[in-house]
Amino acid sequence: MSKEEKSKSNKFILRKTIEIILFIIFLFLLFAPIFSTLIWSVAIRWYWPNTFPQEIGFDYWLQALGIIKNLTLGAVNVLPAFWLSLGIAIVVVIISMLISIPAGYALSKLKIPHMIKGIILILFLLPRAFPQQPVFLNLMLLFNKVGLNGTVTGVVLVHIVVGLVYAVWITTSTFNSIPPELEEAARSIGASRLKAFSRITLPLAAPGLVASAVFVFLQSMFEFTGTFFVGLPFVTTLPMTLYSASGSNIQFASVIAILLLIPSIIFMILIQKFLKAEYIGGVSG
Amino acid sequence: MAVLKVEGLSKRFGSVQAVDNIYFEVKDGQVLSLLGPSGCGKTTTLRCLAGFEMPDKGKIFLDNRDISYLTPEQRGIGMVFQNYALWPHMTVYKNLFFGLQIRKFEKGEIEEKIKRALSIVRLSGYEDRYPRQLSGGQQQRIAMARALVIEPDIMLLDEPLSNLDAQLREEMRFEFIELQRKLGITAIYVTHDQAEAMVISDKIIILNQGRVVQIGTPREIYSLPQNRFVAGFIAVTSFIEGVVNDIEKGDMIVIKTEDNILIHGIRSGLQIGDKVSVAIRINTVRFINGDTEKKESKNIFEGNIVQASYLGDIIDYRIRLGKWTIRTDSNAQITYQVADRVHIYLPPEELIITPEEA
Repeated sequence: MSKEEKSKSNKFILRKTIEIILFIIFLFLLFAPIFSTLIWSVAIRWYWPNTFPQEIGFDYWLQALGIIKNLTLGAVNVLPAFWLSLGIAIVVVIISMLISIPAGYALSKLKIPHMIKGIILILFLLPRAFPQQPVFLNLMLLFNKVGLNGTVTGVVLVHIVVGLVYAVWITTSTFNSIPPELEEAARSIGASRLKAFSRITLPLAAPGLVASAVFVFLQSMFEFTGTFFVGLPFVTTLPMTLYSASGSNIQFASVIAILLLIPSIIFMILIQKFLKAEYIGGVSG
Repeated sequence: MAVLKVEGLSKRFGSVQAVDNIYFEVKDGQVLSLLGPSGCGKTTTLRCLAGFEMPDKGKIFLDNRDISYLTPEQRGIGMVFQNYALWPHMTVYKNLFFGLQIRKFEKGEIEEKIKRALSIVRLSGYEDRYPRQLSGGQQQRIAMARALVIEPDIMLLDEPLSNLDAQLREEMRFEFIELQRKLGITAIYVTHDQAEAMVISDKIIILNQGRVVQIGTPREIYSLPQNRFVAGFIAVTSFIEGVVNDIEKGDMIVIKTEDNILIHGIRSGLQIGDKVSVAIRINTVRFINGDTEKKESKNIFEGNIVQASYLGDIIDYRIRLGKWTIRTDSNAQITYQVADRVHIYLPPEELIITPEEA
């Protein structure tokens, strides 16, 4: 290698090394909080100034999962709350997608004056545009009047409204990204509007629509403020048990936190796979 | 027997009258081009024919069937889009399969038709490729094949070659002509490229601001433009404006410009005092040497070269004549420099005179 080539390759190695170090630091910053939670969830006794717990065990895990019952630990069986959160999230996703997919398609494809489109989209944005506590306090008072307070239905409704904020924007933008000529070509060749939608537009929109569904799902799993106001005292979701535990019992809270993260991580992995396959058939310019 | 008849087609968008009372007919096996500058209404007209826009007024007949307000899928047309609109999540085979499947052909027949369509556009063997794996020209040919494979009554093409580079565009033009002749397809072709329209069309409709300006064969549009707009739209044309000063026998007229240049031209039906435009095509100007000067007496002018562009086989000159600039192509053997003084001859019979519109 000539002198110039050697110095170029050295520069390259140096740059790559710095990149890798920065990436590791980035990963550390990203996962450090979870790492800390992981340790806490298996800590039986951990007092300052020890860097690591003095005694570790899965007791809090077993208690949380309802496998053992040890009154001294202060942890309770959170599995019912977990299933409730999951159940609510699934119902919320289904209903939200049933609303936001047609809504997104209409806002994107149909000939509506731009101003009306803008107004509708802003309307869908409003639930998030205001400070959350006053909004949900108001909602709680309204629900009280119609008897929806403290019911699962009430909580589902709240999650849907919040979920639609994201869902409608994402689906609209997804359908916007599909050139209208693709559907027109299908119709010119003999396909009805429905067929053109289901065979052409929908498959191409799938990645964005799936992203929207994932968003709504995660948002519902983690939703706290609205659920707190509307759900108490009868509806207890996982974030609410986390809230109750976080003040007094760090180990227990850590267990719940990780339980909450599990569906999200599973979803992320599934979406990765799904999105990769879909993008191979991505929309051309 | 006319295949397509358009009567009084009008379409308005807000305050813009995009299509204004258009009438035309296309016979079986003809290629009709809708030609005009941007915003002239050609694309809107095509979309009304396709069914993506509903006309405000007027009727469209396809083989005596009133299709004016039918949905696109009910019309029996095949359409080729400017950016091909191939479905990216389907292979070439599936792209062609889609339309045939809707028409409920037998599987064996479908395979036959697809094979034949691909061989016509010379892309046999490309069944399993995805659109993103094809070049621009190949995508365009598949888009054609997709429209052809369903054997439509009429084909609509919306600037199908605009996205291709110049050389490919010319090649594809000739391929289209061959294809059209071989299959005898009736086609309506939208383009803003007048050279393209001239090459492929049996008939050209010139549109401007939503209205039909002239309908004719390429030859008629070129040699007998109805007004200055049409004269200037086709080919490279320079203009000299003036007033009819004198009328000699045999429809020979003398035009005087405001800087007192006298030009002879041939046009009937004019009177002294009429304002006219003299259209000079790029191949009209003749450079003069001593001999020609003695033969002709009219239309010999002295001017200055203001620009000379070398194009390899020809040189494109701009010549200043009084206050007018005339463009001409001449073969590269004749070389003048900028500021050279030249003598030119404009054969009166080659000048196209159009009167000013009222």
